[in-house]
Amino acid sequence: MPFYVAPEQQMKDKADYARKGIARGRSAVVLQYEGGILLVADNMSRTLHKISELYDRIGFAAVGRYPEFENLRLMGVRFADVRGYQFDRRDVSGRQLANIYAQTLGTVFSESLKPWEVEIVVAEVGDTADGDEIYRITFDGSIVDEQGFVAVGGSSEQVGEILKDRFVADAPLSAALNAATHALAHENGEARELEASNLEVAVLERSRHHRKFRRIHGSRLISLIEEGQRNNAANASGGANTTDDEADQD
Amino acid sequence: MFEGFEGGRMPAAFMSAGTSSFTEFLRAVNPELLPGQHLGTTGGSADHLTPDATTIVALTFPGGVLLAGDRRATQGNVIANRDMDKLYRTDEFSAVAIAGSAGIGIELARLYQVELEHYEKLEGRSLSLEGKANKLAQMVRGNLGMAMQGFVVIPLLVGFDEVTEQGRVFSYDAVGGRYEEQRYHSIGSGSVFAKGSIKKLYREDLDETTAIKVALESLYDAADEDSATGGPDLHRRIFPLIDVITEDGHRRVPTEEVARLATEVVQGRAENPDGPTARLD
Repeated sequence: MPFYVAPEQQMKDKADYARKGIARGRSAVVLQYEGGILLVADNMSRTLHKISELYDRIGFAAVGRYPEFENLRLMGVRFADVRGYQFDRRDVSGRQLANIYAQTLGTVFSESLKPWEVEIVVAEVGDTADGDEIYRITFDGSIVDEQGFVAVGGSSEQVGEILKDRFVADAPLSAALNAATHALAHENGEARELEASNLEVAVLERSRHHRKFRRIHGSRLISLIEEGQRNNAANASGGANTTDDEADQD
Repeated sequence: MFEGFEGGRMPAAFMSAGTSSFTEFLRAVNPELLPGQHLGTTGGSADHLTPDATTIVALTFPGGVLLAGDRRATQGNVIANRDMDKLYRTDEFSAVAIAGSAGIGIELARLYQVELEHYEKLEGRSLSLEGKANKLAQMVRGNLGMAMQGFVVIPLLVGFDEVTEQGRVFSYDAVGGRYEEQRYHSIGSGSVFAKGSIKKLYREDLDETTAIKVALESLYDAADEDSATGGPDLHRRIFPLIDVITEDGHRRVPTEEVARLATEVVQGRAENPDGPTARLD
Protein backbone atom coordinates (compact mmCIF):
# COMPACT_ATOMS: atom_id res chain seq x y z
CA MET A 1 0.00 0.00 0.00
CA PRO A 2 1.49 3.35 -1.01
CA PHE A 3 2.21 5.89 1.69
CA TYR A 4 0.78 9.35 1.36
CA VAL A 5 3.46 11.91 0.58
CA ALA A 6 2.48 15.55 0.59
CA PRO A 7 2.99 17.23 -2.82
CA GLU A 8 5.22 19.84 -1.21
CA GLN A 9 7.46 17.12 0.15
CA GLN A 10 7.47 15.32 -3.18
CA MET A 11 8.58 18.41 -5.05
CA LYS A 12 11.16 19.22 -2.43
CA ASP A 13 12.62 15.73 -2.63
CA LYS A 14 12.81 15.91 -6.41
CA ALA A 15 14.44 19.33 -6.29
CA ASP A 16 17.01 18.16 -3.74
CA TYR A 17 17.75 15.13 -5.86
CA ALA A 18 18.28 17.27 -8.98
CA ARG A 19 20.42 19.82 -7.14
CA LYS A 20 22.66 17.12 -5.73
CA GLY A 21 23.09 15.57 -9.14
CA ILE A 22 23.99 18.89 -10.74
CA ALA A 23 26.42 19.76 -7.93
CA ARG A 24 28.48 16.67 -8.71
CA GLY A 25 29.67 18.19 -11.99
CA ARG A 26 31.64 21.30 -12.82
CA SER A 27 30.11 24.66 -13.69
CA ALA A 28 29.84 26.72 -16.84
CA VAL A 29 29.60 30.45 -17.44
CA VAL A 30 28.20 32.56 -20.26
CA LEU A 31 29.01 36.25 -20.50
CA GLN A 32 29.05 39.18 -22.87
CA TYR A 33 32.32 40.59 -24.22
CA GLU A 34 33.00 43.38 -26.69
CA GLY A 35 32.57 41.17 -29.75
CA GLY A 36 29.57 39.12 -28.70
CA ILE A 37 28.96 36.36 -26.17
CA LEU A 38 31.54 34.07 -24.63
CA LEU A 39 30.68 30.56 -23.40
CA VAL A 40 33.13 28.74 -21.11
CA ALA A 41 32.78 25.37 -19.43
CA ASP A 42 35.05 23.39 -17.20
CA ASN A 43 35.22 20.23 -19.28
CA MET A 44 37.99 17.64 -19.51
CA SER A 45 36.49 15.91 -22.52
CA ARG A 46 37.32 17.14 -25.99
CA THR A 47 34.44 15.31 -27.62
CA LEU A 48 31.56 15.24 -25.12
CA HIS A 49 30.64 18.87 -25.41
CA LYS A 50 28.91 20.99 -22.81
CA ILE A 51 28.79 23.92 -25.20
CA SER A 52 27.26 23.72 -28.66
CA GLU A 53 25.70 25.59 -31.50
CA LEU A 54 21.93 25.57 -31.83
CA TYR A 55 21.43 27.94 -34.73
CA ASP A 56 22.95 30.90 -36.56
CA ARG A 57 23.02 33.29 -33.61
CA ILE A 58 22.18 30.90 -30.80
CA GLY A 59 24.46 28.91 -28.53
CA PHE A 60 23.81 26.34 -25.83
CA ALA A 61 25.68 25.60 -22.61
CA ALA A 62 24.74 22.93 -20.10
CA VAL A 63 25.86 21.30 -16.90
CA GLY A 64 24.75 18.14 -15.16
CA ARG A 65 24.15 14.71 -16.60
CA TYR A 66 25.50 14.45 -20.12
CA PRO A 67 22.90 12.10 -21.69
CA GLU A 68 20.08 14.27 -20.40
CA PHE A 69 21.33 17.59 -21.69
CA GLU A 70 22.51 15.94 -24.89
CA ASN A 71 18.87 14.99 -25.48
CA LEU A 72 17.89 18.60 -24.96
CA ARG A 73 20.57 19.76 -27.34
CA LEU A 74 19.37 17.41 -30.07
CA MET A 75 15.84 18.64 -29.53
CA GLY A 76 16.91 22.26 -29.81
CA VAL A 77 18.91 21.74 -33.01
CA ARG A 78 16.04 19.81 -34.58
CA PHE A 79 13.45 22.35 -33.52
CA ALA A 80 15.54 25.23 -34.83
CA ASP A 81 16.36 23.55 -38.13
CA VAL A 82 12.76 22.55 -38.81
CA ARG A 83 11.54 26.00 -37.96
CA GLY A 84 14.22 27.75 -40.00
CA TYR A 85 13.47 25.50 -42.97
CA GLN A 86 9.73 25.93 -42.64
CA PHE A 87 9.86 29.71 -42.39
CA ASP A 88 13.10 31.66 -42.59
CA ARG A 89 16.42 31.57 -40.80
CA ARG A 90 15.57 34.85 -39.04
CA ASP A 91 12.45 33.27 -37.57
CA VAL A 92 14.40 31.12 -35.13
CA SER A 93 14.94 32.91 -31.83
CA GLY A 94 16.61 32.18 -28.54
CA ARG A 95 13.41 32.97 -26.71
CA GLN A 96 11.50 30.20 -28.52
CA LEU A 97 14.22 27.71 -27.73
CA ALA A 98 14.41 28.79 -24.10
CA ASN A 99 10.64 28.39 -23.88
CA ILE A 100 10.51 24.88 -25.25
CA TYR A 101 13.37 23.89 -22.97
CA ALA A 102 11.55 25.37 -19.99
CA GLN A 103 8.31 23.60 -20.90
CA THR A 104 10.07 20.29 -21.50
CA LEU A 105 12.02 20.44 -18.25
CA GLY A 106 8.92 21.59 -16.37
CA THR A 107 6.89 18.67 -17.69
CA VAL A 108 9.63 16.19 -16.87
CA PHE A 109 10.01 17.64 -13.38
CA SER A 110 6.33 17.47 -12.47
CA GLU A 111 5.36 14.28 -14.26
CA SER A 112 8.19 11.82 -14.00
CA LEU A 113 9.58 10.21 -10.91
CA LYS A 114 13.14 11.27 -11.59
CA PRO A 115 13.79 14.90 -12.52
CA TRP A 116 16.53 15.68 -15.00
CA GLU A 117 19.77 16.75 -13.36
CA VAL A 118 20.59 19.53 -15.77
CA GLU A 119 20.82 23.27 -15.92
CA ILE A 120 21.14 24.99 -19.26
CA VAL A 121 21.81 28.35 -20.83
CA VAL A 122 20.49 29.53 -24.19
CA ALA A 123 22.34 32.59 -25.50
CA GLU A 124 21.51 34.60 -28.57
CA VAL A 125 23.83 37.27 -29.92
CA GLY A 126 22.08 40.33 -31.33
CA ASP A 127 23.14 42.94 -33.87
CA THR A 128 24.24 45.17 -30.99
CA ALA A 129 25.11 44.38 -27.37
CA ASP A 130 21.63 45.58 -26.34
CA GLY A 131 20.11 42.86 -28.48
CA ASP A 132 21.95 40.04 -26.73
CA GLU A 133 19.77 37.59 -24.83
CA ILE A 134 20.90 35.10 -22.21
CA TYR A 135 18.40 32.69 -20.67
CA ARG A 136 19.04 30.33 -17.83
CA ILE A 137 16.74 27.33 -17.52
CA THR A 138 16.84 25.18 -14.40
CA PHE A 139 15.89 21.54 -13.82
CA ASP A 140 12.30 22.42 -12.80
CA GLY A 141 11.64 24.47 -15.91
CA SER A 142 12.11 27.91 -14.37
CA ILE A 143 13.43 30.38 -16.86
CA VAL A 144 15.39 33.52 -16.04
CA ASP A 145 16.35 36.25 -18.48
CA GLU A 146 19.89 37.12 -17.33
CA GLN A 147 21.68 40.42 -17.90
CA GLY A 148 25.30 40.37 -19.02
CA PHE A 149 26.51 37.13 -17.50
CA VAL A 150 25.32 33.91 -15.89
CA ALA A 151 26.86 30.93 -14.15
CA VAL A 152 25.25 27.50 -14.04
CA GLY A 153 26.14 24.44 -12.04
CA GLY A 154 26.18 23.18 -8.47
CA SER A 155 27.91 26.24 -7.06
CA SER A 156 26.56 28.72 -9.57
CA GLU A 157 25.87 31.35 -6.91
CA GLN A 158 29.47 31.33 -5.74
CA VAL A 159 30.83 31.34 -9.30
CA GLY A 160 28.38 34.09 -10.22
CA GLU A 161 29.52 36.23 -7.30
CA ILE A 162 33.19 35.96 -8.28
CA LEU A 163 32.37 36.62 -11.91
CA LYS A 164 30.34 39.68 -10.97
CA ASP A 165 33.45 41.37 -9.52
CA ARG A 166 35.40 41.05 -12.73
CA PHE A 167 32.65 41.25 -15.31
CA VAL A 168 32.83 44.15 -17.79
CA ALA A 169 30.27 44.01 -20.59
CA ASP A 170 32.60 45.42 -23.25
CA ALA A 171 35.82 43.74 -22.17
CA PRO A 172 38.13 42.31 -24.82
CA LEU A 173 37.91 38.56 -25.38
CA SER A 174 41.06 37.70 -23.41
CA ALA A 175 39.89 39.71 -20.39
CA ALA A 176 36.42 38.15 -20.49
CA LEU A 177 37.99 34.70 -20.75
CA ASN A 178 40.26 35.52 -17.84
CA ALA A 179 37.30 36.57 -15.71
CA ALA A 180 35.41 33.41 -16.66
CA THR A 181 38.27 31.03 -15.89
CA HIS A 182 39.01 32.85 -12.66
CA ALA A 183 35.40 32.35 -11.56
CA LEU A 184 35.33 28.70 -12.64
CA ALA A 185 38.62 28.00 -10.85
CA HIS A 186 37.22 29.25 -7.57
CA GLU A 187 34.04 27.23 -7.37
CA ASN A 188 33.38 25.35 -4.12
CA GLY A 189 35.75 27.76 -2.41
CA GLU A 190 38.80 26.08 -3.89
CA ALA A 191 41.48 27.76 -5.94
CA ARG A 192 42.55 25.58 -8.84
CA GLU A 193 44.60 26.38 -11.87
CA LEU A 194 42.55 25.87 -15.04
CA GLU A 195 44.52 25.08 -18.18
CA ALA A 196 43.49 25.08 -21.79
CA SER A 197 42.98 21.32 -21.68
CA ASN A 198 40.36 21.68 -18.93
CA LEU A 199 38.39 24.30 -20.75
CA GLU A 200 35.76 24.20 -23.41
CA VAL A 201 35.45 27.64 -24.95
CA ALA A 202 33.27 29.03 -27.70
CA VAL A 203 32.06 32.44 -28.83
CA LEU A 204 29.04 33.82 -30.61
CA GLU A 205 30.82 36.43 -32.67
CA ARG A 206 28.64 39.38 -33.59
CA SER A 207 30.63 40.38 -36.66
CA ARG A 208 30.70 36.92 -38.23
CA HIS A 209 28.53 36.15 -41.24
CA HIS A 210 26.07 33.27 -41.43
CA ARG A 211 26.72 31.09 -38.40
CA LYS A 212 28.18 33.09 -35.53
CA PHE A 213 29.18 30.19 -33.29
CA ARG A 214 32.86 29.35 -33.22
CA ARG A 215 34.86 27.09 -30.96
CA ILE A 216 38.18 28.31 -29.62
CA HIS A 217 40.77 25.66 -28.92
CA GLY A 218 44.40 24.71 -29.41
CA SER A 219 47.03 27.38 -29.78
CA ARG A 220 44.51 30.22 -30.07
CA LEU A 221 42.98 29.31 -26.73
CA ILE A 222 46.40 29.03 -25.08
CA SER A 223 47.49 32.43 -26.39
CA LEU A 224 44.20 34.02 -25.27
CA ILE A 225 44.59 32.59 -21.78
CA GLU A 226 48.18 33.84 -21.58
CA GLU A 227 47.20 37.27 -22.85
CA GLY A 228 44.44 37.47 -20.25
CA GLN A 229 46.81 36.45 -17.46
CA ARG A 230 49.47 38.97 -18.54
CA ASN A 231 46.98 41.83 -18.66
CA ASN A 232 45.47 40.78 -15.37
CA ALA A 233 48.88 40.65 -13.69
CA ALA A 234 49.76 44.05 -15.13
CA ASN A 235 46.48 45.38 -13.79
CA ALA A 236 47.08 43.95 -10.34
CA SER A 237 50.71 45.08 -9.97
CA GLY A 238 50.22 48.55 -11.40
CA GLY A 239 46.69 48.79 -10.05
CA ALA A 240 47.43 51.77 -7.81
CA ASN A 241 48.76 54.03 -10.51
CA THR A 242 47.57 52.48 -13.78
CA THR A 243 44.14 53.11 -15.13
CA ASP A 244 42.17 50.31 -16.76
CA ASP A 245 42.51 51.94 -20.16
CA GLU A 246 46.28 51.81 -20.11
CA ALA A 247 46.32 48.23 -18.96
CA ASP A 248 44.00 47.21 -21.79
CA GLN A 249 46.47 48.43 -24.34
CA ASP A 250 49.26 46.17 -23.07
CA MET B 1 3.49 27.79 -31.19
CA PHE B 2 4.70 24.69 -32.98
CA GLU B 3 2.79 21.85 -34.57
CA GLY B 4 2.65 18.85 -32.28
CA PHE B 5 3.79 20.88 -29.33
CA GLU B 6 0.71 21.54 -27.29
CA GLY B 7 1.14 19.10 -24.43
CA GLY B 8 4.29 20.73 -23.03
CA ARG B 9 6.45 18.10 -24.62
CA MET B 10 7.93 17.85 -28.07
CA PRO B 11 7.14 14.71 -30.10
CA ALA B 12 9.40 11.87 -28.98
CA ALA B 13 11.29 11.93 -32.28
CA PHE B 14 12.84 15.27 -31.34
CA MET B 15 14.78 13.72 -28.50
CA SER B 16 15.52 10.23 -29.76
CA ALA B 17 19.12 9.47 -30.61
CA GLY B 18 17.76 8.47 -34.02
CA THR B 19 19.06 9.97 -37.20
CA SER B 20 21.44 12.81 -37.89
CA SER B 21 19.86 13.35 -41.31
CA PHE B 22 17.51 16.30 -41.47
CA THR B 23 15.60 14.87 -44.43
CA GLU B 24 14.89 11.62 -42.60
CA PHE B 25 13.87 13.52 -39.51
CA LEU B 26 11.54 15.76 -41.48
CA ARG B 27 10.02 12.70 -43.15
CA ALA B 28 9.19 11.40 -39.67
CA VAL B 29 7.76 14.56 -38.12
CA ASN B 30 6.73 17.01 -40.87
CA PRO B 31 6.65 15.09 -44.18
CA GLU B 32 4.50 17.79 -45.79
CA LEU B 33 7.49 20.14 -45.69
CA LEU B 34 9.61 17.98 -48.00
CA PRO B 35 9.97 19.27 -51.56
CA GLY B 36 7.45 17.97 -54.08
CA GLN B 37 5.29 16.07 -51.59
CA HIS B 38 2.06 17.17 -53.22
CA LEU B 39 3.08 16.65 -56.80
CA GLY B 40 3.05 12.86 -56.73
CA THR B 41 -0.32 12.13 -58.32
CA THR B 42 -0.69 14.58 -61.16
CA GLY B 43 -1.30 12.88 -64.49
CA GLY B 44 0.89 13.65 -67.47
CA SER B 45 3.59 16.23 -67.78
CA ALA B 46 3.34 19.28 -65.56
CA ASP B 47 6.70 20.83 -66.25
CA HIS B 48 5.13 24.02 -67.56
CA LEU B 49 4.27 24.90 -63.97
CA THR B 50 7.71 26.10 -62.96
CA PRO B 51 10.38 27.97 -64.92
CA ASP B 52 13.73 26.51 -65.90
CA ALA B 53 16.99 27.66 -64.43
CA THR B 54 19.67 27.72 -67.10
CA THR B 55 23.45 27.79 -67.35
CA ILE B 56 25.95 27.04 -64.58
CA VAL B 57 29.73 26.68 -64.91
CA ALA B 58 32.32 25.47 -62.43
CA LEU B 59 36.08 25.35 -62.71
CA THR B 60 38.95 24.57 -60.42
CA PHE B 61 42.13 26.58 -60.06
CA PRO B 62 45.17 25.90 -57.89
CA GLY B 63 43.98 26.22 -54.29
CA GLY B 64 40.28 26.54 -54.95
CA VAL B 65 37.19 26.17 -57.03
CA LEU B 66 34.76 28.60 -58.61
CA LEU B 67 31.04 28.34 -59.33
CA ALA B 68 29.24 30.78 -61.59
CA GLY B 69 25.69 31.06 -62.85
CA ASP B 70 23.77 33.28 -65.22
CA ARG B 71 20.69 35.04 -63.84
CA ARG B 72 17.95 33.98 -66.22
CA ALA B 73 14.98 31.67 -65.68
CA THR B 74 12.76 30.90 -68.64
CA GLN B 75 9.31 29.48 -69.11
CA GLY B 76 8.99 28.37 -72.71
CA ASN B 77 9.84 31.40 -74.79
CA VAL B 78 9.25 33.83 -71.92
CA ILE B 79 11.92 35.14 -69.58
CA ALA B 80 10.39 34.33 -66.21
CA ASN B 81 13.06 36.00 -64.11
CA ARG B 82 16.12 38.01 -65.06
CA ASP B 83 17.92 38.27 -61.74
CA MET B 84 17.59 34.84 -60.25
CA ASP B 85 20.20 33.47 -57.83
CA LYS B 86 20.91 29.83 -58.62
CA LEU B 87 23.96 29.43 -56.41
CA TYR B 88 23.65 28.23 -52.84
CA ARG B 89 26.33 28.35 -50.22
CA THR B 90 25.74 25.00 -48.56
CA ASP B 91 28.43 25.27 -45.91
CA GLU B 92 31.81 26.86 -45.34
CA PHE B 93 33.52 24.65 -47.92
CA SER B 94 30.86 23.75 -50.45
CA ALA B 95 28.29 25.31 -52.75
CA VAL B 96 25.59 23.99 -55.03
CA ALA B 97 24.03 25.40 -58.17
CA ILE B 98 20.90 24.14 -59.85
CA ALA B 99 19.67 23.83 -63.41
CA GLY B 100 16.27 22.59 -64.51
CA SER B 101 12.90 23.02 -62.79
CA ALA B 102 13.48 26.07 -60.64
CA GLY B 103 10.70 25.59 -58.09
CA ILE B 104 11.89 22.11 -57.18
CA GLY B 105 15.56 22.97 -57.45
CA ILE B 106 15.36 25.87 -55.00
CA GLU B 107 13.68 23.64 -52.41
CA LEU B 108 16.20 20.89 -53.02
CA ALA B 109 19.11 23.27 -52.53
CA ARG B 110 17.58 24.72 -49.38
CA LEU B 111 16.99 21.27 -47.94
CA TYR B 112 20.52 20.22 -48.82
CA GLN B 113 21.87 23.31 -47.07
CA VAL B 114 20.04 22.45 -43.86
CA GLU B 115 20.99 18.79 -44.25
CA LEU B 116 24.72 19.55 -44.18
CA GLU B 117 24.46 21.99 -41.31
CA HIS B 118 22.19 19.67 -39.33
CA TYR B 119 24.64 16.81 -39.64
CA GLU B 120 27.50 19.05 -38.60
CA LYS B 121 25.68 20.28 -35.51
CA LEU B 122 24.44 16.89 -34.37
CA GLU B 123 27.65 14.99 -35.03
CA GLY B 124 30.08 17.74 -34.09
CA ARG B 125 32.00 17.45 -37.37
CA SER B 126 31.13 18.08 -41.00
CA LEU B 127 30.69 15.42 -43.64
CA SER B 128 33.65 14.64 -45.86
CA LEU B 129 33.39 16.13 -49.34
CA GLU B 130 32.60 12.66 -50.76
CA GLY B 131 29.94 12.29 -48.06
CA LYS B 132 28.41 15.58 -49.12
CA ALA B 133 28.51 14.53 -52.77
CA ASN B 134 26.85 11.18 -52.01
CA LYS B 135 24.18 12.81 -49.86
CA LEU B 136 23.26 15.09 -52.75
CA ALA B 137 23.11 12.07 -55.08
CA GLN B 138 20.55 10.44 -52.79
CA MET B 139 18.47 13.59 -52.74
CA VAL B 140 18.49 13.88 -56.54
CA ARG B 141 17.51 10.21 -56.74
CA GLY B 142 14.64 10.94 -54.38
CA ASN B 143 13.36 13.38 -56.98
CA LEU B 144 13.24 10.72 -59.72
CA GLY B 145 9.46 10.36 -59.57
CA MET B 146 9.07 14.03 -60.32
CA ALA B 147 11.80 13.98 -62.92
CA MET B 148 9.66 11.43 -64.78
CA GLN B 149 6.86 14.00 -64.84
CA GLY B 150 9.15 16.60 -66.31
CA PHE B 151 10.46 18.28 -63.17
CA VAL B 152 14.08 17.47 -63.82
CA VAL B 153 16.58 19.12 -61.46
CA ILE B 154 20.30 18.79 -62.04
CA PRO B 155 22.64 20.16 -59.40
CA LEU B 156 26.34 20.91 -59.67
CA LEU B 157 28.33 20.61 -56.46
CA VAL B 158 31.68 22.28 -55.87
CA GLY B 159 33.74 22.06 -52.74
CA PHE B 160 37.16 22.57 -51.28
CA ASP B 161 38.54 19.28 -50.02
CA GLU B 162 40.28 20.04 -46.75
CA VAL B 163 42.16 16.74 -46.83
CA THR B 164 43.70 16.99 -50.30
CA GLU B 165 43.56 20.82 -50.22
CA GLN B 166 42.09 21.23 -53.67
CA GLY B 167 38.85 22.30 -55.27
CA ARG B 168 36.62 19.56 -56.67
CA VAL B 169 33.56 19.49 -58.90
CA PHE B 170 30.76 16.89 -58.88
CA SER B 171 28.05 16.59 -61.50
CA TYR B 172 24.83 14.55 -61.38
CA ASP B 173 22.27 13.02 -63.66
CA ALA B 174 18.51 12.88 -63.03
CA VAL B 175 18.63 9.41 -61.47
CA GLY B 176 21.24 10.43 -58.93
CA GLY B 177 24.33 9.26 -60.75
CA ARG B 178 27.33 11.10 -59.35
CA TYR B 179 30.35 11.94 -61.47
CA GLU B 180 33.47 13.71 -60.36
CA GLU B 181 34.58 16.15 -63.03
CA GLN B 182 38.19 16.99 -63.74
CA ARG B 183 39.06 20.69 -63.84
CA TYR B 184 35.77 22.15 -65.15
CA HIS B 185 32.17 21.40 -65.98
CA SER B 186 28.96 23.10 -67.01
CA ILE B 187 25.26 22.22 -66.72
CA GLY B 188 22.00 23.66 -68.00
CA SER B 189 20.65 24.67 -71.38
CA GLY B 190 23.71 26.67 -72.42
CA SER B 191 26.20 24.18 -71.01
CA VAL B 192 27.38 22.83 -74.36
CA PHE B 193 28.53 26.28 -75.43
CA ALA B 194 29.89 27.26 -72.04
CA LYS B 195 31.90 24.08 -71.71
CA GLY B 196 33.34 24.46 -75.19
CA SER B 197 34.35 27.99 -74.31
CA ILE B 198 36.04 27.01 -71.03
CA LYS B 199 37.82 24.18 -72.79
CA LYS B 200 39.61 26.67 -75.01
CA LEU B 201 40.40 29.18 -72.28
CA TYR B 202 41.29 26.89 -69.37
CA ARG B 203 44.89 26.78 -68.12
CA GLU B 204 46.29 24.73 -65.28
CA ASP B 205 47.79 27.81 -63.61
CA LEU B 206 44.78 30.11 -63.53
CA ASP B 207 44.62 32.48 -60.59
CA GLU B 208 41.32 33.46 -59.01
CA THR B 209 40.72 36.60 -61.05
CA THR B 210 41.60 34.95 -64.34
CA ALA B 211 39.35 32.03 -63.45
CA ILE B 212 36.49 34.47 -62.88
CA LYS B 213 37.22 35.98 -66.26
CA VAL B 214 37.15 32.54 -67.93
CA ALA B 215 33.78 31.85 -66.27
CA LEU B 216 32.40 35.18 -67.48
CA GLU B 217 33.65 34.58 -71.02
CA SER B 218 32.06 31.15 -71.05
CA LEU B 219 28.73 32.45 -69.77
CA TYR B 220 28.84 35.16 -72.41
CA ASP B 221 29.36 32.49 -75.06
CA ALA B 222 26.47 30.47 -73.64
CA ALA B 223 24.21 33.54 -73.71
CA ASP B 224 25.41 34.25 -77.23
CA GLU B 225 24.25 30.88 -78.53
CA ASP B 226 21.46 29.83 -76.17
CA SER B 227 18.32 31.98 -75.91
CA ALA B 228 17.57 30.71 -72.40
CA THR B 229 20.86 31.95 -70.94
CA GLY B 230 21.17 35.55 -69.86
CA GLY B 231 24.33 37.54 -70.53
CA PRO B 232 25.65 40.45 -68.44
CA ASP B 233 22.99 43.18 -68.43
CA LEU B 234 24.96 46.44 -68.22
CA HIS B 235 21.88 48.65 -68.30
CA ARG B 236 20.05 46.97 -65.45
CA ARG B 237 23.33 46.21 -63.66
CA ILE B 238 22.54 42.49 -63.53
CA PHE B 239 25.68 40.39 -63.66
CA PRO B 240 26.41 36.69 -63.30
CA LEU B 241 26.88 35.49 -59.73
CA ILE B 242 30.18 33.96 -58.76
CA ASP B 243 31.11 31.97 -55.66
CA VAL B 244 34.71 31.10 -54.87
CA ILE B 245 35.76 28.46 -52.34
CA THR B 246 39.34 28.24 -51.09
CA GLU B 247 40.98 27.11 -47.88
CA ASP B 248 39.64 30.33 -46.34
CA GLY B 249 36.11 29.15 -46.99
CA HIS B 250 33.25 30.30 -49.15
CA ARG B 251 33.10 33.78 -50.63
CA ARG B 252 30.57 35.42 -52.93
CA VAL B 253 32.57 37.65 -55.26
CA PRO B 254 31.34 41.24 -54.66
CA THR B 255 29.07 42.69 -57.32
CA GLU B 256 31.44 45.58 -58.08
CA GLU B 257 34.25 43.20 -58.92
CA VAL B 258 32.05 41.04 -61.14
CA ALA B 259 30.65 44.19 -62.74
CA ARG B 260 34.15 45.43 -63.55
CA LEU B 261 35.28 42.12 -65.05
CA ALA B 262 31.99 41.55 -66.89
CA THR B 263 32.17 45.04 -68.40
CA GLU B 264 35.70 44.22 -69.63
CA VAL B 265 34.34 41.05 -71.24
CA VAL B 266 31.52 42.92 -72.94
CA GLN B 267 33.91 45.63 -74.18
CA GLY B 268 36.26 42.95 -75.47
CA ARG B 269 33.38 41.53 -77.46
CA ALA B 270 32.73 44.92 -79.02
CA GLU B 271 36.11 44.60 -80.73
CA ASN B 272 36.02 40.88 -81.22
CA PRO B 273 32.44 39.51 -81.10
CA ASP B 274 33.54 35.89 -80.78
CA GLY B 275 35.80 36.58 -77.85
CA PRO B 276 39.38 35.52 -77.19
CA THR B 277 40.74 32.85 -79.47
CA ALA B 278 43.02 29.97 -78.58
CA ARG B 279 46.54 29.98 -79.99
CA LEU B 280 47.49 27.34 -82.58
CA ASP B 281 51.15 26.67 -82.23
